[in-house]
Amino acid sequence: MSQPTTGRSLANELAERVPAKAAARLCVGIDLVEITQISNSLARFGQRFMSRLFTPAELAYASASPPLMAERLAARFAAKEAALKAFDMAESGIDWRDIEVVKREDGSCTLALHRKAARVAHEIGVSDIGLSLSHDGLYAAAVVTALPALPPHL
Amino acid sequence: MNTDTEAIDLRIRSILKDHARLAQDAHAIGPDADLYQAGMTSHASVNVMLALEGAFDIEFPDHLLKRSVFSSISAIRSALSELVTA
Repeated sequence: MSQPTTGRSLANELAERVPAKAAARLCVGIDLVEITQISNSLARFGQRFMSRLFTPAELAYASASPPLMAERLAARFAAKEAALKAFDMAESGIDWRDIEVVKREDGSCTLALHRKAARVAHEIGVSDIGLSLSHDGLYAAAVVTALPALPPHL
Repeated sequence: MNTDTEAIDLRIRSILKDHARLAQDAHAIGPDADLYQAGMTSHASVNVMLALEGAFDIEFPDHLLKRSVFSSISAIRSALSELVTA
């Protein structure tokens, strides 16, 4: 009859199976946007607000349903800000259009990075990016995650 | 502080009052006070940027699209001086 595994020995057993040093640090960013504030920006700045922040594909998807336009843009703006936080790019000088929410055919969304945003992410070892969007009532939110292949700054 | 700086700061404060959604009076806040700490969200900072571009007839290039560039009145003034004289 085998001895029952104690908490202590189980922990030791698991520790032996895990690399001594973690090879990556989880990147995570979140942003919350009040949808009416996006509506206000659209009213105040119109085309300039849209073309400065969003790609043609993002605008095409958002404007395909006028009643949902503000909340779709709010979720996309939240995704861009969440990515800036997740990858520590707020001081990198990134054009918002270089962080793009792409709608897949199955309806899910993914994040595509371009130009400097792509370079910065590559430098910290980010390849596969997780994106989650949500909106309810007055607010839209986004979470961006990634597990870089290499620790940052190495 | 010379007259030009005062005039530019006044225009910046006026834009902050309309667009930054600060929790305090934009005309009373210190030139080096942190605007994010004063309540400006990242989205409000975009509105501030677009309003500055309209008011000063400029466009912020990529290298100035940084959180710190919009973090205080003096930081905004510094960025504007680079763009207006360019």
